[in-house]
Amino acid sequence: MEKLRSPAELKSLQEKFAKKRKSRKRSIAICGGTGCRAFGSEELFNAFKKEITLQGLDDKVDLKFTGCHGFCECGTLVIIRPEEIIYTRVALQDVPEIIAESVVKKNVIERLLYTDPVSGEKVKYEHEIPFYKRQQRLVFGSNGLIDPTSIEDYLAIDGYSALAKVLSGMKPEEVIEEIKKSGLRGRGGGGFSTGRKWESCRNAPSKNGTRYIICNADEGDPGAYMDRSLLEGNPHSVLEGMIIGAYAIGSNEGYVYVRHEYPLTVKNLGIALDKAKGYGLLGEDILGSGFNFDVKISRGGGAFVCGESTALMASLEGKIGEPRPKHIHTVVSGLHGKPTNLNNVETWANVPLIINKGADWYSNIGTEGSKGTKIFSLVGKINNTGLVEVPMGITLREIVYDIGGGIPGGKKFKAVQTGGPSGGCIPESLIDLTVDFDKLAEVGSMMGSGGMIVMDESTCMVDVAKYFVKFLTGESCGKCVPCREGLDRMLDILTDITEGAGKEGDIELLEELGGVIKDTSLCALGGTAPNPVLSTIRYFRDEYEAHIKEQRCPAGVCKALITFTIDEDKCNGCGRCLKNCPQEAISGEKKEPHKIDQDKCIKCGLCRDNCKYDAVIVT
Amino acid sequence: MEAAEKYQDRVESIIDSYNRSPDSLISILQDVQSECNYLPEDAIRHVAKSLGLPLIQVYGVATFFKAFSLTPRGKHTISVCLGTACHVRGAPMVLDELERRLGVKSGETTQDLQFTLESVNCLGACALGPVVVVDDKYYGQMNAGKVKKVLAKYKKSPGQKKHGKIKVTG
Amino acid sequence: MVELTIDGIKTKVFEGTTVLDAARSMGIVIPTLCHHPGLSPYGACRVCIVEVVRGNRSSLEASCTLPVADGQVILTDSERVKKARKVIIELLISTCPNSKTLQDLAANFGVNEVRFKIKDKNCILCGLCVRYCKEQMQSGGIGFVGRGTSRKVATAFGVTPEECRNCGGCEWICPVCERACTAGNLIDGLCGGCQNLMPVETCTVCVHCSESVGAHGHKVY
Repeated sequence: MEKLRSPAELKSLQEKFAKKRKSRKRSIAICGGTGCRAFGSEELFNAFKKEITLQGLDDKVDLKFTGCHGFCECGTLVIIRPEEIIYTRVALQDVPEIIAESVVKKNVIERLLYTDPVSGEKVKYEHEIPFYKRQQRLVFGSNGLIDPTSIEDYLAIDGYSALAKVLSGMKPEEVIEEIKKSGLRGRGGGGFSTGRKWESCRNAPSKNGTRYIICNADEGDPGAYMDRSLLEGNPHSVLEGMIIGAYAIGSNEGYVYVRHEYPLTVKNLGIALDKAKGYGLLGEDILGSGFNFDVKISRGGGAFVCGESTALMASLEGKIGEPRPKHIHTVVSGLHGKPTNLNNVETWANVPLIINKGADWYSNIGTEGSKGTKIFSLVGKINNTGLVEVPMGITLREIVYDIGGGIPGGKKFKAVQTGGPSGGCIPESLIDLTVDFDKLAEVGSMMGSGGMIVMDESTCMVDVAKYFVKFLTGESCGKCVPCREGLDRMLDILTDITEGAGKEGDIELLEELGGVIKDTSLCALGGTAPNPVLSTIRYFRDEYEAHIKEQRCPAGVCKALITFTIDEDKCNGCGRCLKNCPQEAISGEKKEPHKIDQDKCIKCGLCRDNCKYDAVIVT
Repeated sequence: MEAAEKYQDRVESIIDSYNRSPDSLISILQDVQSECNYLPEDAIRHVAKSLGLPLIQVYGVATFFKAFSLTPRGKHTISVCLGTACHVRGAPMVLDELERRLGVKSGETTQDLQFTLESVNCLGACALGPVVVVDDKYYGQMNAGKVKKVLAKYKKSPGQKKHGKIKVTG
Repeated sequence: MVELTIDGIKTKVFEGTTVLDAARSMGIVIPTLCHHPGLSPYGACRVCIVEVVRGNRSSLEASCTLPVADGQVILTDSERVKKARKVIIELLISTCPNSKTLQDLAANFGVNEVRFKIKDKNCILCGLCVRYCKEQMQSGGIGFVGRGTSRKVATAFGVTPEECRNCGGCEWICPVCERACTAGNLIDGLCGGCQNLMPVETCTVCVHCSESVGAHGHKVY
């Protein structure tokens, strides 16, 4: 690996790798995203590798273990190129057949194709699958084309062109103008204008000229894994954005703060940094421009609060993650008291795109106030679980039904939770809401980092509120009274309500306490913590009232308020419930109606899940 | 005191690898925990002394972050995903059953040091939810009934606990 | 110099002054708990909150850590401030009822009921002791340990460290242990009695030492 001394040298290297890529006639891309790995895609990749070598096809077939493709529901995903045939739910035993049929020959294996649930037809190509059709995968799309541990792959698809463009004569102020013009807003949840943030940081005085760049990869929202998949699957795209940002702001030192629970991300990022340095794309005299910039990786210690910028910076200084009030912004005084620009992973990844295609092009996507696309993790009670990238302004209905494929089991849609523990739920009545920063905030939620949890009729909204508050009480740093004590008392009240001990006036007390916590907390953790409670009260007050006034959980979730019994008329004594009960609480003779011992019953619901005759009743 | 000395050497080399910078305290403690399975009192005292930091600051950091354990961890780590997606699919029942069968609460280690039970916020495998990870193996679509079988796999054969060290540059 | 408006009155102060100090220099009373003029501001108790008005929006901020700014408009006693402060005091009492300082605050600001579960921790985590030890005594004897509701002030490993000078400053500065409310008649966590701010070690009967404000049932605001 030789250091590239100019943008021209970069271009010829890109062309070299692109040519090499095209020279391999066939290519197999296996998804290495977390969802597919959980399905065993690493073993699958190894099996393919072994078989390809055995058959002497190494120089004819380009086998790649790529970043996340997004369609986690149908993992493990395999894509055959150049045809772009996509195989879903691939298993180890399919390997020989795939190689024989689709790689050596160019046949399609019907049974491995995706089946459209509505038409029943088989779909060959990725872009024809309903899940992908409505998406606009500008940032995330490259994941499927590259092996994240290979810089050659990134270069082959014109990676680092944006950096070359910037270093070929754009002034830092021009770069900032371009980002401002594009309308890019922070993708981590704050939604602040990225261009303006960069500008403030550049203009903030610094005695010895030190400024820092940070990439916040502390993705803490439970249910969100977009940043991980982006950073793990295409680390160079984020890195390129950071280098461009560093140049624009005037920084020579950057950090990527990765949460402790993502060891593979740390690994892939480390490899990317090494390789970028090797080619002189990072470090001293980048592309011969005289600009120096280096990046260090720092791991989190397992604290959601460290996703907050001041707490993150405290932990980068070896201290506990205690936030400080932001009267003096971090762009003026941040890490070690120096001007610091912190942006989210996805925000950084949007930068090369904007530089390459131009701010005008970018600002044509999205809405008036929210430009570009957003990656969401669409999970929960949804058929097509996965990571989706959509243009701002798309409606929730399109996301849930057209892309998400609707609710499994034919159940009724109830609400979507966006913004994680800082956000709120959006009910069925607002399903035609257009997704953008301002609209989501108007209805009492927020964009957040991109978690989108779908809930159905069997989800108890009081339980959901309790879940989020419980999560936050465990993550509060404990410094200020309203967050530390207030959230704890909110949890007390919510627990009482879910256990049938709710009192008249509890809802009003939650509203009052929530309002004070929002108003007086020191940082945004406490400041947004009451949102899930307040938004569920706003849209599902009747559920709260049922719990309090009638000691009833309409969704059948709150254990203390439900009883499992067997309908003797429907039960035919097949014994499936008995066999599957973990507490051995069910008794009955074969072909005789069975009975549940209420003292032993732990309300796990397995009997209901296993019963084929709908004989288990929950009241 | 041979054991304590060997241990000091390992801690010293970790501190050196971070250029003895107090800023890297959290990363240093993580590597020390990787080496020693947990953070022994002596190690914490040593780190504070070597970095020139007040002991109470290092102790404060060690008790603030969930990644650190001041008590020995079990041979196997059982992580239950309590992400929102897994939660709405019934993850709490799985955690309850695990707590019941192991006799410990989330965050604790069994008396025989076989298992450490903990909860995680999102493993990124939402399509498989509820998810439980034991060491590096993923168990998807879990429910209370499957817990017994999963535990049985680890109770009979003492598995090998890998000391996963990840090389990090910088 | 910076010019700002507090409670409708314009004032000029040096840059770097906190809103709390600016208000107090005007004679305006703002209660505090975790603040001490000899120690760095901390901003944890949120008792000193004021309303900062920006156009037709406003927010509540802790005045002890809020720097003054040109053109700033501050309200120290608005309805929003009063309501929020009452709830904060209520939360404080629910976590530490046996403090005369807190009972005084409650009496002074008309907190007549504590609607939350009383979970007596005997500490409000104001950090005065920690800052006193670190800043005044230049020592590192005690500090914050743990996080969230399990956060507490402790020594490393529960052992009194070498650094401890036995100065007793941590005990002296504590708003809880030095000034315990020893009234035996806490009703639902509230003493409801005196707001005598003289440093009194013990206060055996609260009800009859002050009849002007705060006694049971009297609403101050």
